[in-house]
Amino acid sequence: MILSVEKLEKQFGSLKAIDGVSFGIREREIVSLIGSNGAGKTTLVNLISGYLKPTAGRIFFDGKDITYASPFKRVKLGIGRSFQIVHLFEEAAVLENVRTPLFARYRRIKSILWPADSYVDITREAIGILKLFNLYDKKDSPAKELSEGEKKILDVAMAFALKPRLLLLDEPTSGVATHDKFNVMNTIVSAIRKEGISALIIEHDMDIVSNYSDNVLVIHEGRIMAEGKPEDIMQNKEVRETILGIQ
Amino acid sequence: MGQLRWRGSILSLRFFVYTSTLILLLILPFLLSPFDLILLEYGLALALVGLGFNLLLRYTGLLSFGHGAYFATGAYTVAMVGRYIPELYSLEMLLPLSVLFSFIVSFVFGFICVRHTRIFFAILTLSLSMLVFALLFKLYHITGGSDGLYIPIPSVFGMVFNRRPDFLSGFFYYFLVFVFVVGFLFMKAVVNSPFGKALQAIRDNEIRAELVGIRVKRYRLYAFVISGIFTGVGGTLWSFVNGHVTPEVAHWFFSGEIVYMVLLGGFANFEGPIIGAIVFTFLKLYAMSFTEYWMFIIGITLIILVLLLPTGIAGGIYRLITEIRKRKTLSGI
Repeated sequence: MILSVEKLEKQFGSLKAIDGVSFGIREREIVSLIGSNGAGKTTLVNLISGYLKPTAGRIFFDGKDITYASPFKRVKLGIGRSFQIVHLFEEAAVLENVRTPLFARYRRIKSILWPADSYVDITREAIGILKLFNLYDKKDSPAKELSEGEKKILDVAMAFALKPRLLLLDEPTSGVATHDKFNVMNTIVSAIRKEGISALIIEHDMDIVSNYSDNVLVIHEGRIMAEGKPEDIMQNKEVRETILGIQ
Repeated sequence: MGQLRWRGSILSLRFFVYTSTLILLLILPFLLSPFDLILLEYGLALALVGLGFNLLLRYTGLLSFGHGAYFATGAYTVAMVGRYIPELYSLEMLLPLSVLFSFIVSFVFGFICVRHTRIFFAILTLSLSMLVFALLFKLYHITGGSDGLYIPIPSVFGMVFNRRPDFLSGFFYYFLVFVFVVGFLFMKAVVNSPFGKALQAIRDNEIRAELVGIRVKRYRLYAFVISGIFTGVGGTLWSFVNGHVTPEVAHWFFSGEIVYMVLLGGFANFEGPIIGAIVFTFLKLYAMSFTEYWMFIIGITLIILVLLLPTGIAGGIYRLITEIRKRKTLSGI
């Protein structure tokens, strides 16, 4: 297991947002996390990425206990994440958005006297990532000028540049036009598969969930309601009634 | 391809402007009156302050209203050494000492301030600079209080200068140009380096910056300290030209003038604060000699600036050049 979550709990005042959640993600596995609004999906991702500290329970990454590690430490260990609302360096060019994490990864971010452009290897790697994510043609455009779908892809590409072993993707297709959703997911998932990265994806669209996931986790009122292959989850009566709203 | 050629022509234009400006700076002592040359020296010292200030504002997204504190640190380092340790009073000693003290003060103040952003950062920097002002103002027996302190002419590697005008229009001018050029090149390297890119990343999105592995507060502190040192060195050089220093340089009003001159020049362009510092120096002095209501002129200028040239003088020039180039490209010239 690359990620192992054991009896995780998170309480906000009297509300138990996460209530005894346990699951695991294997190497190279893509797991979708589904659930209705307020079920605790983003809270769970925030707990794994270190933005929230749990009230109880443990989180293990590659066998190491990271329950109370800082987000910065988790990034260094190999946990990358993207956000539901994209977080880009909006004023900077697309290339710069990918090059900045690479400078951090190769510990060149403190270099003060040599121009960023003189790091040819890093620029080459950034261009490689942009090609992988089909963003090469936009490399000189400011990130703020990209379409919503391209912004989502760039958001993932930035996390990808840190060479993570686990990617946490919070609704990578939210805000993307319906006809563009599969393009976005094809690009992201083919890059993830190519590099053999594990991923936990929060997603609402069941077509996307069944097309791109190896496994699905269903969360409801802070608890895991069901876990299994996409086709099994789609047949699960409780999930169909409670989450999907199908009789 | 067209974009590359466009960028290339802008770069070569920049190189041409930089080289011509340097040549002009070297021959200006033969062209300007002694009064205007001294004004230019004030402007060049303030240009270093502007470069430092803009590292925080433009590249890190932090607006300081307290840069007078570091300016005062540089200026008072000279004054205090002159008064209490005269045996160390030489230019080659004073400059490293001002770097050292500006480093210490900006590190301590920066450590407190960089934990906050936006209005909270601005107010904290203002408050801390007013603390420095109060100390300089109240510790009369040490700092000379509101009377301030006299700045003697420093010796340079054993060379002694007797008359300030000779010192200012001769050796010191070229020394000032040298320090300005070194500061300019250093800051240019900083903003284009991976470190500079990290600062811009923090400015654009600090959550993302943290997530890609940049220690946000630490990098803000680095920027703050570099900015403080530039301002301190600017204060040191300014004090030699002025010959006297009072606590007013630590007052928020003076810090406001730094903000004003950077906005006047245009904070969005690297060269903007330099243009702003020089134009502001001449504008202020000529306005003061023209009318006792000189602040009225400064205020009117600021209103015109905000309404007509929101990107400052440099931004206006850059826009004009871009427009001319585009028209030339369209007409196929």
